[in-house]
Amino acid sequence: MHIPDGYLGPITWMALWIVMIPLWIIASRKLKKDLKTKNVPLLAMGAAFSFVIMMFNVPVLGGSTGHAVGGTLIAIVLGPWAALVAVSVALVIQALFFGDGGITAIGANCFNMGVVLPFVGYYVYRLISANADTSSSRHWIGAGIGSYIGINVAATLTGFEFGLQTILYPAVNGKFQYFMYPLSVSVPAMAFEHLLVFGFIEAIVTALVVRYLQQTDPSLLRLTERTISQDKIPAGVSV
Amino acid sequence: MNKNTQKKLWIGLLILAVLTPIGLLAQGTAFGEWGSGELQQTLGYVPAGIKSGETLWQAIFSGYSMPGFGNSFLHSSIGYILSAVIGIALIYTATLTLGKIIAKREEEQRNENP
Repeated sequence: MHIPDGYLGPITWMALWIVMIPLWIIASRKLKKDLKTKNVPLLAMGAAFSFVIMMFNVPVLGGSTGHAVGGTLIAIVLGPWAALVAVSVALVIQALFFGDGGITAIGANCFNMGVVLPFVGYYVYRLISANADTSSSRHWIGAGIGSYIGINVAATLTGFEFGLQTILYPAVNGKFQYFMYPLSVSVPAMAFEHLLVFGFIEAIVTALVVRYLQQTDPSLLRLTERTISQDKIPAGVSV
Repeated sequence: MNKNTQKKLWIGLLILAVLTPIGLLAQGTAFGEWGSGELQQTLGYVPAGIKSGETLWQAIFSGYSMPGFGNSFLHSSIGYILSAVIGIALIYTATLTLGKIIAKREEEQRNENP
Protein backbone atom coordinates (compact mmCIF):
# COMPACT_ATOMS: atom_id res chain seq x y z
CA MET A 1 0.00 0.00 0.00
CA HIS A 2 3.11 2.28 -0.01
CA ILE A 3 2.65 4.46 -3.08
CA PRO A 4 6.07 5.27 -4.60
CA ASP A 5 7.08 8.59 -6.19
CA GLY A 6 5.82 9.04 -9.74
CA TYR A 7 2.73 6.83 -9.44
CA LEU A 8 0.43 9.72 -8.54
CA GLY A 9 0.42 12.92 -10.55
CA PRO A 10 0.89 16.29 -8.83
CA ILE A 11 -2.86 17.01 -8.52
CA THR A 12 -3.40 13.93 -6.34
CA TRP A 13 -0.24 13.96 -4.25
CA MET A 14 -0.44 17.71 -3.60
CA ALA A 15 -4.13 17.48 -2.68
CA LEU A 16 -3.37 14.77 -0.13
CA TRP A 17 -0.50 16.80 1.39
CA ILE A 18 -2.96 19.70 1.71
CA VAL A 19 -5.42 17.36 3.45
CA MET A 20 -2.73 15.94 5.76
CA ILE A 21 -1.16 19.18 7.05
CA PRO A 22 -4.25 20.34 9.00
CA LEU A 23 -4.84 16.74 10.17
CA TRP A 24 -1.32 16.58 11.64
CA ILE A 25 -1.92 19.90 13.38
CA ILE A 26 -5.27 18.73 14.79
CA ALA A 27 -3.68 15.44 15.87
CA SER A 28 -0.92 17.23 17.80
CA ARG A 29 -3.54 19.40 19.52
CA LYS A 30 -5.61 16.34 20.41
CA LEU A 31 -2.54 14.61 21.82
CA LYS A 32 -1.56 17.73 23.75
CA LYS A 33 -4.91 17.42 25.47
CA ASP A 34 -5.32 13.65 25.77
CA LEU A 35 -1.91 11.98 25.69
CA LYS A 36 -0.36 11.53 29.11
CA THR A 37 3.40 12.04 29.34
CA LYS A 38 3.77 8.54 30.78
CA ASN A 39 2.06 7.07 27.70
CA VAL A 40 4.51 8.67 25.25
CA PRO A 41 6.84 5.60 25.31
CA LEU A 42 3.83 3.41 24.51
CA LEU A 43 3.02 5.63 21.51
CA ALA A 44 6.64 5.34 20.34
CA MET A 45 6.49 1.54 20.71
CA GLY A 46 3.25 1.53 18.72
CA ALA A 47 4.96 3.40 15.88
CA ALA A 48 7.91 0.99 15.99
CA PHE A 49 5.52 -1.99 16.00
CA SER A 50 3.69 -0.67 12.93
CA PHE A 51 7.04 -0.26 11.16
CA VAL A 52 8.31 -3.75 11.88
CA ILE A 53 5.00 -5.51 11.17
CA MET A 54 4.97 -3.89 7.69
CA MET A 55 8.24 -5.73 6.89
CA PHE A 56 6.47 -9.10 6.97
CA ASN A 57 5.59 -9.40 3.31
CA VAL A 58 3.09 -12.07 2.44
CA PRO A 59 2.63 -13.37 -1.11
CA VAL A 60 -0.70 -13.68 -2.91
CA LEU A 61 -1.53 -15.47 -6.15
CA GLY A 62 -0.64 -13.36 -9.17
CA GLY A 63 2.83 -12.40 -7.94
CA SER A 64 1.85 -9.58 -5.64
CA THR A 65 2.79 -9.15 -1.99
CA GLY A 66 1.38 -7.21 0.93
CA HIS A 67 1.48 -6.83 4.68
CA ALA A 68 -0.37 -5.80 7.84
CA VAL A 69 -0.15 -2.21 9.15
CA GLY A 70 -1.18 -2.34 12.80
CA GLY A 71 -2.83 1.09 12.76
CA THR A 72 -6.11 -0.09 14.30
CA LEU A 73 -4.22 -1.69 17.19
CA ILE A 74 -2.54 1.61 18.08
CA ALA A 75 -5.93 3.36 17.79
CA ILE A 76 -7.55 0.85 20.16
CA VAL A 77 -4.91 1.43 22.85
CA LEU A 78 -4.16 5.15 22.46
CA GLY A 79 -6.98 6.51 20.29
CA PRO A 80 -7.20 7.18 16.54
CA TRP A 81 -5.39 10.56 16.64
CA ALA A 82 -2.43 8.92 18.38
CA ALA A 83 -2.49 6.20 15.69
CA LEU A 84 -2.43 8.92 13.02
CA VAL A 85 0.77 10.33 14.52
CA ALA A 86 2.43 6.94 15.13
CA VAL A 87 1.74 5.56 11.64
CA SER A 88 2.76 8.89 10.06
CA VAL A 89 6.15 8.80 11.82
CA ALA A 90 6.67 5.20 10.67
CA LEU A 91 5.75 6.11 7.07
CA VAL A 92 8.01 9.19 6.96
CA ILE A 93 11.00 7.17 8.26
CA GLN A 94 10.21 4.40 5.75
CA ALA A 95 10.17 6.90 2.89
CA LEU A 96 13.30 8.81 3.94
CA PHE A 97 15.57 5.97 5.05
CA PHE A 98 14.26 2.82 3.37
CA GLY A 99 12.78 4.10 0.10
CA ASP A 100 9.47 2.40 0.95
CA GLY A 101 6.79 4.80 -0.28
CA GLY A 102 7.59 8.01 -2.11
CA ILE A 103 8.53 11.41 -0.70
CA THR A 104 5.87 13.19 -2.77
CA ALA A 105 3.42 10.43 -1.78
CA ILE A 106 3.93 10.88 1.99
CA GLY A 107 0.65 12.82 2.13
CA ALA A 108 -1.22 10.07 0.27
CA ASN A 109 0.33 7.21 2.25
CA CYS A 110 -0.29 8.93 5.58
CA PHE A 111 -3.88 9.60 4.56
CA ASN A 112 -4.56 6.01 3.52
CA MET A 113 -2.67 4.09 6.21
CA GLY A 114 -2.44 6.74 8.95
CA VAL A 115 -5.93 8.27 8.81
CA VAL A 116 -8.47 6.12 6.99
CA LEU A 117 -7.19 2.77 8.25
CA PRO A 118 -7.03 3.52 12.01
CA PHE A 119 -10.14 5.72 12.13
CA VAL A 120 -12.35 3.20 10.31
CA GLY A 121 -10.84 0.33 12.30
CA TYR A 122 -11.22 2.13 15.61
CA TYR A 123 -14.87 3.15 15.18
CA VAL A 124 -15.89 -0.33 14.04
CA TYR A 125 -14.09 -1.70 17.12
CA ARG A 126 -15.87 0.80 19.36
CA LEU A 127 -19.21 -0.13 17.82
CA ILE A 128 -18.65 -3.81 18.61
CA SER A 129 -16.94 -3.48 22.00
CA ALA A 130 -19.25 -0.59 23.07
CA ASN A 131 -19.47 -0.61 26.86
CA ALA A 132 -18.39 -4.21 27.29
CA ASP A 133 -16.20 -5.05 30.28
CA THR A 134 -12.45 -5.05 29.55
CA SER A 135 -12.36 -8.84 29.88
CA SER A 136 -15.20 -9.33 27.37
CA SER A 137 -14.47 -11.25 24.16
CA ARG A 138 -16.19 -8.39 22.34
CA HIS A 139 -12.88 -6.49 22.61
CA TRP A 140 -10.67 -8.90 20.69
CA ILE A 141 -13.45 -9.83 18.27
CA GLY A 142 -14.18 -6.14 17.67
CA ALA A 143 -10.44 -5.54 17.22
CA GLY A 144 -10.26 -8.28 14.59
CA ILE A 145 -13.32 -7.13 12.64
CA GLY A 146 -12.44 -3.43 12.96
CA SER A 147 -8.87 -3.85 11.76
CA TYR A 148 -10.05 -6.08 8.87
CA ILE A 149 -12.52 -3.43 7.67
CA GLY A 150 -10.02 -0.59 8.29
CA ILE A 151 -7.26 -2.06 6.13
CA ASN A 152 -9.74 -2.98 3.39
CA VAL A 153 -11.23 0.52 3.16
CA ALA A 154 -7.69 1.95 3.07
CA ALA A 155 -6.58 -0.48 0.35
CA THR A 156 -9.66 0.17 -1.77
CA LEU A 157 -9.08 3.93 -1.47
CA THR A 158 -5.44 3.43 -2.54
CA GLY A 159 -6.71 1.51 -5.57
CA PHE A 160 -9.02 4.43 -6.33
CA GLU A 161 -6.18 6.96 -6.09
CA PHE A 162 -4.12 4.80 -8.48
CA GLY A 163 -6.87 4.39 -11.08
CA LEU A 164 -7.83 8.06 -10.91
CA GLN A 165 -4.49 8.91 -12.58
CA THR A 166 -5.62 7.43 -15.91
CA ILE A 167 -8.52 9.92 -15.88
CA LEU A 168 -6.53 12.94 -14.63
CA TYR A 169 -3.58 12.20 -16.92
CA PRO A 170 -4.82 10.22 -19.95
CA ALA A 171 -2.38 8.39 -22.19
CA VAL A 172 -0.56 10.41 -24.83
CA ASN A 173 0.41 8.31 -27.88
CA GLY A 174 -0.54 5.19 -25.91
CA LYS A 175 1.78 5.98 -23.01
CA PHE A 176 0.68 7.01 -19.56
CA GLN A 177 2.70 9.46 -17.50
CA TYR A 178 1.77 8.14 -14.05
CA PHE A 179 -0.24 5.09 -12.86
CA MET A 180 -1.41 3.22 -15.94
CA TYR A 181 -4.29 0.85 -15.12
CA PRO A 182 -7.90 2.09 -15.04
CA LEU A 183 -10.12 2.13 -11.94
CA SER A 184 -11.75 -1.10 -13.16
CA VAL A 185 -8.38 -2.83 -12.63
CA SER A 186 -6.76 -0.93 -9.75
CA VAL A 187 -9.73 -0.92 -7.35
CA PRO A 188 -10.53 -4.65 -7.53
CA ALA A 189 -6.82 -5.56 -7.49
CA MET A 190 -6.18 -3.61 -4.28
CA ALA A 191 -9.51 -4.63 -2.73
CA PHE A 192 -9.42 -8.37 -3.41
CA GLU A 193 -5.87 -9.05 -2.22
CA HIS A 194 -6.68 -7.31 1.05
CA LEU A 195 -10.16 -8.86 1.39
CA LEU A 196 -8.76 -12.34 0.80
CA VAL A 197 -5.31 -12.28 2.43
CA PHE A 198 -3.78 -9.17 4.02
CA GLY A 199 -7.00 -8.15 5.79
CA PHE A 200 -7.01 -11.46 7.67
CA ILE A 201 -3.37 -11.04 8.65
CA GLU A 202 -4.14 -7.57 10.01
CA ALA A 203 -7.18 -8.97 11.83
CA ILE A 204 -5.28 -11.90 13.38
CA VAL A 205 -2.37 -9.70 14.52
CA THR A 206 -4.71 -7.10 16.03
CA ALA A 207 -7.04 -9.60 17.72
CA LEU A 208 -4.11 -11.61 19.15
CA VAL A 209 -2.39 -8.56 20.64
CA VAL A 210 -5.67 -7.25 22.12
CA ARG A 211 -6.38 -10.72 23.56
CA TYR A 212 -2.84 -10.77 25.00
CA LEU A 213 -3.30 -7.32 26.56
CA GLN A 214 -6.64 -8.43 28.05
CA GLN A 215 -4.85 -11.29 29.79
CA THR A 216 -1.62 -9.58 30.85
CA ASP A 217 -2.28 -5.84 31.33
CA PRO A 218 -5.96 -4.98 30.77
CA SER A 219 -5.34 -1.42 32.01
CA LEU A 220 -3.86 -0.76 28.54
CA LEU A 221 -7.34 -1.16 27.06
CA ARG A 222 -8.73 1.52 29.37
CA LEU A 223 -6.20 4.27 28.64
CA THR A 224 -8.53 6.34 26.46
CA GLU A 225 -11.45 6.01 28.91
CA ARG A 226 -9.37 7.11 31.88
CA THR A 227 -8.20 10.29 30.20
CA ILE A 228 -11.06 12.34 31.58
CA SER A 229 -10.70 11.36 35.22
CA GLN A 230 -6.90 11.65 35.03
CA ASP A 231 -7.20 15.25 33.88
CA LYS A 232 -8.10 16.16 37.44
CA ILE A 233 -4.78 14.88 38.74
CA PRO A 234 -2.13 17.63 38.66
CA ALA A 235 0.68 17.23 36.14
CA GLY A 236 3.78 15.58 37.53
CA VAL A 237 1.94 13.23 39.85
CA SER A 238 2.47 9.68 38.68
CA VAL A 239 -0.46 7.34 38.97
CA MET B 1 1.79 0.66 31.40
CA ASN B 2 3.76 -1.16 34.06
CA LYS B 3 7.47 -1.94 33.70
CA ASN B 4 6.75 -5.62 33.22
CA THR B 5 4.44 -5.01 30.25
CA GLN B 6 6.93 -2.56 28.78
CA LYS B 7 9.68 -5.18 29.01
CA LYS B 8 7.45 -7.83 27.41
CA LEU B 9 6.49 -5.50 24.56
CA TRP B 10 10.18 -4.71 23.90
CA ILE B 11 10.96 -8.43 23.80
CA GLY B 12 8.06 -8.86 21.36
CA LEU B 13 9.43 -6.10 19.11
CA LEU B 14 12.93 -7.59 19.12
CA ILE B 15 11.58 -11.06 18.31
CA LEU B 16 9.68 -9.53 15.38
CA ALA B 17 12.87 -7.76 14.22
CA VAL B 18 14.81 -11.03 14.23
CA LEU B 19 12.00 -12.80 12.34
CA THR B 20 11.68 -10.14 9.59
CA PRO B 21 13.66 -12.21 7.01
CA ILE B 22 10.48 -14.33 6.76
CA GLY B 23 9.12 -11.36 4.83
CA LEU B 24 11.88 -11.89 2.23
CA LEU B 25 10.43 -15.28 1.27
CA ALA B 26 7.51 -13.57 -0.48
CA GLN B 27 8.48 -13.27 -4.14
CA GLY B 28 7.11 -10.50 -6.32
CA THR B 29 6.21 -6.87 -5.88
CA ALA B 30 3.20 -5.28 -4.21
CA PHE B 31 0.52 -3.95 -6.58
CA GLY B 32 1.42 -0.42 -7.64
CA GLU B 33 4.99 -0.56 -6.33
CA TRP B 34 6.71 -1.94 -9.45
CA GLY B 35 10.18 -0.83 -10.51
CA SER B 36 10.93 0.48 -14.00
CA GLY B 37 12.39 -2.90 -15.03
CA GLU B 38 9.12 -4.68 -14.26
CA LEU B 39 7.06 -1.97 -15.98
CA GLN B 40 9.26 -2.14 -19.09
CA GLN B 41 8.52 -5.88 -19.25
CA THR B 42 4.76 -5.70 -18.73
CA LEU B 43 3.93 -2.41 -20.52
CA GLY B 44 6.77 -2.14 -23.03
CA TYR B 45 7.58 1.34 -21.69
CA VAL B 46 8.13 3.13 -18.38
CA PRO B 47 5.69 5.99 -17.68
CA ALA B 48 7.71 9.24 -17.67
CA GLY B 49 6.50 10.30 -14.22
CA ILE B 50 7.47 6.97 -12.67
CA LYS B 51 10.88 7.07 -14.36
CA SER B 52 11.71 10.48 -12.87
CA GLY B 53 10.03 9.51 -9.58
CA GLU B 54 12.48 6.64 -9.13
CA THR B 55 15.48 8.96 -9.02
CA LEU B 56 13.80 11.68 -6.93
CA TRP B 57 15.18 10.33 -3.66
CA GLN B 58 17.96 7.86 -2.91
CA ALA B 59 17.28 6.28 0.46
CA ILE B 60 20.38 5.11 2.33
CA PHE B 61 18.85 1.71 3.22
CA SER B 62 16.79 1.41 0.04
CA GLY B 63 14.66 -1.75 -0.02
CA TYR B 64 15.61 -2.49 3.64
CA SER B 65 19.12 -3.51 2.59
CA MET B 66 22.49 -2.33 3.81
CA PRO B 67 24.74 -0.36 1.45
CA GLY B 68 27.37 -2.66 -0.05
CA PHE B 69 25.61 -5.90 0.90
CA GLY B 70 25.10 -8.58 -1.74
CA ASN B 71 21.83 -10.12 -2.92
CA SER B 72 22.27 -13.55 -1.33
CA PHE B 73 19.56 -14.66 1.08
CA LEU B 74 22.05 -14.46 3.96
CA HIS B 75 23.09 -10.88 3.12
CA SER B 76 19.49 -9.84 2.51
CA SER B 77 18.43 -11.41 5.81
CA ILE B 78 21.14 -9.64 7.80
CA GLY B 79 20.29 -6.40 5.98
CA TYR B 80 16.63 -6.91 6.80
CA ILE B 81 17.26 -7.51 10.51
CA LEU B 82 19.63 -4.52 10.71
CA SER B 83 17.02 -2.40 8.88
CA ALA B 84 14.39 -3.49 11.37
CA VAL B 85 16.62 -2.59 14.33
CA ILE B 86 17.67 0.77 12.80
CA GLY B 87 14.08 1.54 11.84
CA ILE B 88 12.74 0.69 15.30
CA ALA B 89 15.44 2.88 16.92
CA LEU B 90 14.77 5.82 14.54
CA ILE B 91 10.99 5.62 14.85
CA TYR B 92 11.01 5.11 18.61
CA THR B 93 13.34 8.11 19.09
CA ALA B 94 11.43 10.32 16.64
CA THR B 95 8.03 9.54 18.20
CA LEU B 96 9.40 9.91 21.73
CA THR B 97 10.89 13.32 20.89
CA LEU B 98 7.70 14.45 19.17
CA GLY B 99 5.57 13.17 22.05
CA LYS B 100 7.74 14.90 24.64
CA ILE B 101 7.55 18.23 22.80
CA ILE B 102 3.76 17.92 22.78
CA ALA B 103 3.63 16.84 26.43
CA LYS B 104 5.93 19.69 27.47
CA ARG B 105 3.63 22.18 25.81
CA GLU B 106 0.76 20.63 27.73
CA GLU B 107 2.48 21.36 31.04
CA GLU B 108 3.35 24.94 30.01
CA GLN B 109 -0.29 25.49 29.12
CA ARG B 110 -1.36 24.27 32.53
CA ASN B 111 1.00 26.69 34.23
CA GLU B 112 -0.46 29.54 32.23
CA ASN B 113 -4.06 28.62 33.02
CA PRO B 114 -4.14 27.14 36.52
